[in-house]
Amino acid sequence: MSRNNIMGEAAAVESGSERTRRLVHQGLARRRAAELRFRAYGIASISIGMLFLVILFSSIVSNGYTAFIQTELRLDVALDESIIIPDGKVSAEALAEADYSALLKQSLAELFPDVTDRQEKRSLYGFLSTSAVHILQETVEHDPSLIGQRISIKVPVKDDVDLFFKGRVDKAAAEEDRKLKDNQIVWLDTLKKDGRLTAGFNRAFFSSGDSREPEQAGIWGAVVGSALVLVITLALSLPLGMATAIYLEEFAPKNRWTDLIEVNINNLAAVPSIVFGLLGLAVFINFFGVPRSSPLVGGVVLALMTLPVIIIAGRSALQSVPPSIREAAWGMGASGLQTVFHHVFPLAIPGMMTGAIIGMSRALGESAPLLMIGMVAFIVDIPKDFLDPSTVLPVQIYLWADSPERGFVERTSAAIMVLLTFLVLMNGTAVYLRRRFERRW
Amino acid sequence: MQNPEKLSLASLAGRDFTGTVGDIYAQDSRLQCRDVDVFYGDKHAIQGVSLDIGRNEVIALIGPSGCGKSTFLRCLNRMNDTIPACRVTGEIMLDGHDIYAPNMDVVPLRAQVGMVFQKPNPFPKSIFDNVAYGPRIHGLANGKVQLEEIVETSLRRAGLWDEVKDYLLHPGTGLSGGQQQRLCIARTIAVDPEVILMDEPCSALDPIATAKIEQLIDELRGDYTIAIVTHSMQQAARVSQRTAYFHLGRLIEVGETAQVFTNPRHQLTEDYITGRFG
Repeated sequence: MSRNNIMGEAAAVESGSERTRRLVHQGLARRRAAELRFRAYGIASISIGMLFLVILFSSIVSNGYTAFIQTELRLDVALDESIIIPDGKVSAEALAEADYSALLKQSLAELFPDVTDRQEKRSLYGFLSTSAVHILQETVEHDPSLIGQRISIKVPVKDDVDLFFKGRVDKAAAEEDRKLKDNQIVWLDTLKKDGRLTAGFNRAFFSSGDSREPEQAGIWGAVVGSALVLVITLALSLPLGMATAIYLEEFAPKNRWTDLIEVNINNLAAVPSIVFGLLGLAVFINFFGVPRSSPLVGGVVLALMTLPVIIIAGRSALQSVPPSIREAAWGMGASGLQTVFHHVFPLAIPGMMTGAIIGMSRALGESAPLLMIGMVAFIVDIPKDFLDPSTVLPVQIYLWADSPERGFVERTSAAIMVLLTFLVLMNGTAVYLRRRFERRW
Repeated sequence: MQNPEKLSLASLAGRDFTGTVGDIYAQDSRLQCRDVDVFYGDKHAIQGVSLDIGRNEVIALIGPSGCGKSTFLRCLNRMNDTIPACRVTGEIMLDGHDIYAPNMDVVPLRAQVGMVFQKPNPFPKSIFDNVAYGPRIHGLANGKVQLEEIVETSLRRAGLWDEVKDYLLHPGTGLSGGQQQRLCIARTIAVDPEVILMDEPCSALDPIATAKIEQLIDELRGDYTIAIVTHSMQQAARVSQRTAYFHLGRLIEVGETAQVFTNPRHQLTEDYITGRFG
């Protein structure tokens, strides 16, 4: 649209829509910049998060992967009859009581014949782990026909030798600051050159319980303890939590009492976990007399802690089911229970599973309440049932992190790796289950 | 156009309401409602409504938004029980029993008086399971063969069988809007009700689907009693034999559909029909 001005020339004047278009255009650059900035913030946050994750994992793995390797020493042991069965008869007691340590010392002495000084001999024999004797004993007991022969067995070495072999000993440090002395290092180098010091898979880590000796310490006791505790936690908190959520959401009248209950449940979800430990100590152990340190009391304490999380997530999942589904079911003449279990609950399962995942992950990683009920004790045996004293993975990690021996440093990281794997497996299962139950409406 | 025979205009607040105009009774009635009041908390949503619903007839409940027709419809199968703040007084008799009696079980009542909702709401299950759900929970079928027969009969009656007979295991939610609504009707029929309540069943559907549903209502009339709430006066004129006009919670006028639409006896009815409000 144009009008003639005073001079009679046509001048372009903006129409209303042209003006709008110009104004919108002017603002576009600023708006685009804001969008890009926001995206940049998002990418930056994710990157920082991932960076920290990578740093965390790489530090754990680099510290811990060597714990899965155990250095072994190959010895040629002469199974001297006169030492094992002095009276010539092969019997269970004789085999059990024989002086295997003398045989092992003898085989070491054979390797280094010029070591004669008593002090030096002691430091040579100190290479072997105290479990070497048991391994020799088991070998002989398994096949007594070997008595009188010369056999070659691999025995685990003590933790300082193990660390030396893995390269974690600082050779440059002064001798007084090291556990391994110079002469020992010379002997070890000889053994390594002879091919007698080899690295093997640390089976003991996955089959034995805790031990004072780092090379014999294993995670299995804690894994079994964690599994037992989690079984009880799941068995108690999941059905109870789901049923409570269903009742509060679908059946309970909406009055002041139910409001009070809801407020209290929300508060319980925020209570520090150690309080539940105190509760377990006071009520279950002192009053009901449940055995201390047992998975039973640990599981019950963690179930109490997990219940509020499951209830809250469950209620939220039930609320998100559209009311039209309920109306349809009621209109058909379905009773309250039928409506909930045939229609509402199946649609709410994914949300409930999310709550269960969050609750279980928290339960698996909790140590404070379990410390209160005694699971911090030094437990050597693998627990056999729900009433045996046991420990759990997070507590085991805490105990090992606290230990002075250098050998426990790598084992702490290895235990963390095991715990994280446990967690990932558990969450993976739950996510898979959630996806299977996912139904679109 | 003022007809001198008409009663004087009751104020919009209903202060001068002198009673329902027209014949609230029916010759052979299925449901008898006497003096029904509904309260939502303090709000008096339905005021003293008495109405008969005759056997095998289609009665249309019409009125402006918020007049309480849906609320009244939901009283007939006690769906208002599901609303916590809702209180119903009065009598509603079905087969001689007051459905609001304290010992009355809601579950079989809702199998006798079925409901079709405004927005089609099939269960997120297969088409077969949708229709079979009612017979299953009420134990109407002995065995799989009988159940399949019931499902087929219901789907045929609802006019859906030919379209879905090869897709019975597909999810009910995958159908079009009109098909979903017919599925909901089939589901309601499957439990062999006596009365079917329809709360604006076509308002979410396109004209062709609407026409199909209206035709279906006409066919169903032979076997069932139908009460339908509708916003569309044309629809009420097409499908119903009697029409009841509600206004601000009161039943203003009841009568034969033709009469109500061509010669309404109450001023409010005429104002609504001629579009002065609504």
